[in-house]
Amino acid sequence: MEIVVCVKHIPDPNIPPEMDGHRLKREGVQGVLDPGDEFGVEAGLQLKEQLGGNVTLVSMGPAPAMDAIKRGLSMGADQGVLISDDALEGADALVTARVLAAAIGRNQFDLVVAGVESTDGYTGTMPSTLAEFLGVPQVTFAKTIECSDGRVKINRQTADGYHVVECDLPALITVTAGVNEPRYASFKGIMAAKKKPVETLSLSDLGLSGDEVAVKQSIVELAAAEERKAGEVVQDDGAGAARIADFLQEAKVI
Amino acid sequence: MAKVWVYAEVSPDGTVDTAALELLTKARELGDAEAVALGPGATDAVEKLGEYGATTVYASDDDVYADYVAQPAAHALHELIEEHEPDLVLFATNYDSRDIAGRLSAKTGSTLMSNVTGLHSVDKAQTAIFGGATLVDVELEGNPKLVLVRPKSFVAEPSGGSAELVEVDVDVDDDLKKAERVERHEEEASGPRLEDAPVVISGGRGLGEAGNFKLLDELAGLIGNAAVGATRAVVDAGWVPYAYQIGQTGKTVKPGVYVAVGISGATQHIVGMKGAKRIVAINKDEEAPIFQIADLGIVGDALKILPQLVEEVRSRKG
Ligand SMILES: Cc1cc2nc3c(=O)[nH]c(=O)nc-3n(C[C@H](O)[C@H](O)[C@H](O)COP(=O)(O)OP(=O)(O)OC[C@H]3O[C@@H](n4cnc5c(N)ncnc54)[C@H](O)[C@@H]3O)c2cc1C
Ligand SMILES: Nc1ncnc2c1ncn2[C@@H]1O[C@H](COP(=O)(O)O)[C@@H](O)[C@H]1O
Repeated sequence: MEIVVCVKHIPDPNIPPEMDGHRLKREGVQGVLDPGDEFGVEAGLQLKEQLGGNVTLVSMGPAPAMDAIKRGLSMGADQGVLISDDALEGADALVTARVLAAAIGRNQFDLVVAGVESTDGYTGTMPSTLAEFLGVPQVTFAKTIECSDGRVKINRQTADGYHVVECDLPALITVTAGVNEPRYASFKGIMAAKKKPVETLSLSDLGLSGDEVAVKQSIVELAAAEERKAGEVVQDDGAGAARIADFLQEAKVI
Repeated sequence: MAKVWVYAEVSPDGTVDTAALELLTKARELGDAEAVALGPGATDAVEKLGEYGATTVYASDDDVYADYVAQPAAHALHELIEEHEPDLVLFATNYDSRDIAGRLSAKTGSTLMSNVTGLHSVDKAQTAIFGGATLVDVELEGNPKLVLVRPKSFVAEPSGGSAELVEVDVDVDDDLKKAERVERHEEEASGPRLEDAPVVISGGRGLGEAGNFKLLDELAGLIGNAAVGATRAVVDAGWVPYAYQIGQTGKTVKPGVYVAVGISGATQHIVGMKGAKRIVAINKDEEAPIFQIADLGIVGDALKILPQLVEEVRSRKG
């Protein structure tokens, strides 16, 4: 089974973000493999352990995005593909999907795995756009995954429960946090990762150019939102509950 | 006048997703509002959609749209778009809509704008970043422009209008019938829906253990017309079902009163509840970020305060 996992390199979510003009500042910011994509890598690895095959990681991003691929390789993936090109700076979900589709579509695949949404951008639509470009169905918001001969079955999260969705391969799947417990990279895994193949591609390698990958949507203004003011903060000296009850009464809910 | 479409999710009994009504209310301000509804219940929903400002509703009751994920609906929408050329198509950030809109972006070549919280015009949208602290205006691109709007961004108000039904008759190839819904499990909630409840009482990790959620249930029951919510931390820990989750990857609520118990106030939680009219927080850490947005903050042990609060509310209700 040929499994492709999309992995995004993002600024460390534990460091408060800063703006650089109209964009999130990325230079000089420590990057990590998106924690949401660790679930995707783990899902890929478990399916490989069960059914055999290969796990290929694919990422689009500047050179440091290699770290995200290395991390996934340390967890146990077999190989990586990094698409890096200056022309892709500021790429939106549509452009990202087009580029990833071009890279993934070069080879035959059974399953493409992505996160439901990225931790930094939380656009949440890239995978669906990618599925359309690849011409495959999508099984999304997976809470559980079962895969057998040529078919995938998931519990798809819904607002008030879940649906069971089944689909023939090839397909694209998105995974929620909690679909599995991502493994840690072992020392052996980290050493092995150094020898695993990673292909680096530019846009011209993919036969993409100019208009196809131009970012068209533009930010025209940034402004601070009206802040909610902090109200009164009081220590509970035994009268806290009564204070809240007063508050509820003033708000006419009791 | 600009033609603004709303993709409305409907239930088999004809109920319209509240977020679609919010979008229609905004759409009619921006131009000529029309709606598209696909799947069982669609034609029964026409009346309601008209009441909220749709002049035309393109609808089909065909099961294919509900039985197969995204592909049939994206295909039908694309055909309708080519035929009727709307300027802007609005989707609410719901599971199915998100999948459909994503595929449509590839089909139309329009950049899909996600997480929109405001619309200035048919080609300018607003989104919020950093947990809502910074607002960003974005010039939309494409034909049509495609936008995913967070629920509760607008208030739904009926216009008293009525809509003309146009039956959708699009061929859906077998090729598009792949990802099939074979079972549906929905939890029947008792009491008001979380999204609609005038009072929301939410618990976080500070409650210590799953069993303590019953204190929140008890309080909600006493207040009446109140729903219980939760943070992702406790949903992930399995204390309560995902349907309770409020925040970026959960539900958005805008109640009259929001009571946050043992919740730190992470940005991803705050985006889902900061629209509440009044916020009360109980947290034992006076530095907890939730206090920065609370109208009343009580620094103390939730497990001590909650039982007292239950008694207090019980006695005041008489
Ligand atoms: C991509 C992404 C999406 C996310 N989406 C969401 C989302 O949709 N919704 C969401 O909620 N989170 C979301 N999160 C998680 C979010 O970042 C926080 O981790 C989460 O909201 C924290 O939950 P909490 O407040 O229950 O727990 P904690 O942050 O652990 O806070 C517990 C609080 O309880 C207090 N406390 C402890 N004991 C007591 C006591 N006895 N009495 C009173 N107070 C006490 C502590 O002081 C602390 O402030 C998301 C994160 C990511 C990365
Ligand atoms: N630049 C990228 N490279 C590889 N995968 C990506 C990239 N951007 C997004 N993805 C994948 O798409 C998922 C959803 O991202 P998004 O739609 O951007 O919120 C992520 O969890 C990744 O799996």
